[in-house]
Amino acid sequence: MATRDEIADAIAGMAIFVDLARPQLLGVASRFEEAFFPKDARVLRQGLTGSGFYVILDGEADVIADGEKRATLARGDFFGEVSVLLGEPPIADVVATGPLRCIVLGGPDVEKFLVDHPRVMYRMLQAQARRLRAANRRFAQD
Amino acid sequence: MSGKTVSTPDGRPFPPGEYPIVVVGSGPGALQVSYFLGRLGIEHAVISSDAGPGGMFRRWPFFQRLLSWTKPYALVDRRSRDFERWDWNSLLAREPELRGIAAEFMDGSSDFPSRPEMEANLGAFADRAGIEVRYGCRWESTLREETADGDRFILTTSDGEYRCRYPVFAVGVAEPYSPSTPGIDLAVHYADTRDAESYAGKRLFIIGKQNSGFELATGLLQWASRISLSSPSPAKTSIETRSLVGVRARYVQPFEDALLGGGVDILAASIKGITRSSSGALQVTLARSDNAMPMTVEVDEVIAATGFTCPLLDLPALGVATFGQARLPAQTEFWESVTVPGIFFAGTIGQGAAGLKKHGIPSNSGALQGYRYNARVLVRELARRYFDISLEMAPLKVGDLRDHLLAEATRAPELWHQKAYLASVVTLDPNEGARDVGILPLTHFLDDAGPDAVAMTVESDGASIYPVVYVRHDGKTEEHALEADPLLDFEGLAHRRDLGTILDRITAGASAA
Repeated sequence: MATRDEIADAIAGMAIFVDLARPQLLGVASRFEEAFFPKDARVLRQGLTGSGFYVILDGEADVIADGEKRATLARGDFFGEVSVLLGEPPIADVVATGPLRCIVLGGPDVEKFLVDHPRVMYRMLQAQARRLRAANRRFAQD
Repeated sequence: MSGKTVSTPDGRPFPPGEYPIVVVGSGPGALQVSYFLGRLGIEHAVISSDAGPGGMFRRWPFFQRLLSWTKPYALVDRRSRDFERWDWNSLLAREPELRGIAAEFMDGSSDFPSRPEMEANLGAFADRAGIEVRYGCRWESTLREETADGDRFILTTSDGEYRCRYPVFAVGVAEPYSPSTPGIDLAVHYADTRDAESYAGKRLFIIGKQNSGFELATGLLQWASRISLSSPSPAKTSIETRSLVGVRARYVQPFEDALLGGGVDILAASIKGITRSSSGALQVTLARSDNAMPMTVEVDEVIAATGFTCPLLDLPALGVATFGQARLPAQTEFWESVTVPGIFFAGTIGQGAAGLKKHGIPSNSGALQGYRYNARVLVRELARRYFDISLEMAPLKVGDLRDHLLAEATRAPELWHQKAYLASVVTLDPNEGARDVGILPLTHFLDDAGPDAVAMTVESDGASIYPVVYVRHDGKTEEHALEADPLLDFEGLAHRRDLGTILDRITAGASAA
């Protein structure tokens, strides 16, 4: 994995980017940077400011809040957007469970990226709606 | 001064053989690593395929003027640590006479040294510091060998085999990269750009909108009849990002020309292909990034300012994981391959240890003013881990802790050049009291389960520059950002008060000790 073409190929089928044409996918690959994390590396750090918006290309990561595992993320999943959108530190660590490749966009660039790509913003909103619904169901069951 | 130096009959140092460490390269990164290894008395060899010191500065930048400044008349002693903040181009040294050398070679025409001035600066450092390199020795392949007393790496070179426990590759990001666009063979790479006057009257298309693309555009404005630059994403300047991310201010003229309709086009589009028409002109077919609509630009010449990759040879086959278009090796916070322990990296290639990139702002590890500090931290870590050399950690009075940290935030060049990446660390062990541990990677501090400690950094959020203090207490680490200051002076009353309040919570134990 490395070139813009390869990254564009990798993200083409992901739900969040599914509405984008090839030139726009290349634009995404150009604006984001690729990042690699070894097993046990902390990608997001609970309580630390200045994090970014990540999309997983390959590998898995655990979401750990106050030492408790809350979820596992895999290829196509994204994280860090809540912290960026709210301008607050993450409320959980995201820790690589094995070799993990992501693309990442720095926090200050996220707003312009989403405004420039309203279909990505819509897909992100859909994903957030699903997460909210799942959380509401858990809350109702408790 | 590279430990035991043995010469071959031709007078060159470091004949093939076994060394604890082999450094590959002779650019500033390799010179800096060798300097610190030598000063700690750690035996090592330095090999390079080049004919002399300087690395990429022996040839580039194309227009022979650097992007990194040195301010010879900054209001601090040129031989002091404080001067390093104002000097991006000198290598580091303990000896005062070896510090701030870059300023000696600058002719006063610019605070950005010319390429020959930079090459002379690096050559003088190597010469005066007694750094020896086996030049003309090309690293060709690598093997890992398991032995009874641990792994060895075998570097096959044009001069024979070198065996070592710890190779340090400082080989730069120096291999021209071009995308696999159809017709790319009709373009030349930045590395093969011709003399400027040969572009007189030409319609020029530059692939890429990074600094190298805008360096060419700036230098060719007076020669080319029209210049078009394109890449899929919008171009940003360092002024917009308030960091070294983006096109440097030195190269903003093409932006103004584009805005005023002055014969420059700055396009956000991906290239579908390049073809030659029957008239001999080149047709560059594009797809706009905003609406995917096609467009075509007819030009006389195409230059691919598409960057460089790391010349890692067979290291990926050995298991070294890489990432990004530059194929940087993925590294730990101490610049060790994350997938092949024992292999280390230095110089600009060290940007593969990305750090936190807080607020999207990367470290300066890709530039000399950043990686010279990485080299010192790396060598200290190698010395501690593998050579049983413990560096002194100066005791610090707890009552002086606040002022020490604020002085570091205001003046420490390591913190200013490596924002949110390197930290000035003081430990507060109940038994030993406060100790100045020196400069460490911030991620190491955050992940280390050591005693109570404080780390000071300088950071930027893209709007302002401010100090951040990280406090580790009872196994938990908290981040406290201090206020920015319009004059970048963090030693005033407000900062003393605010940091004092933070430190009061953890210094009681150390005071008692």
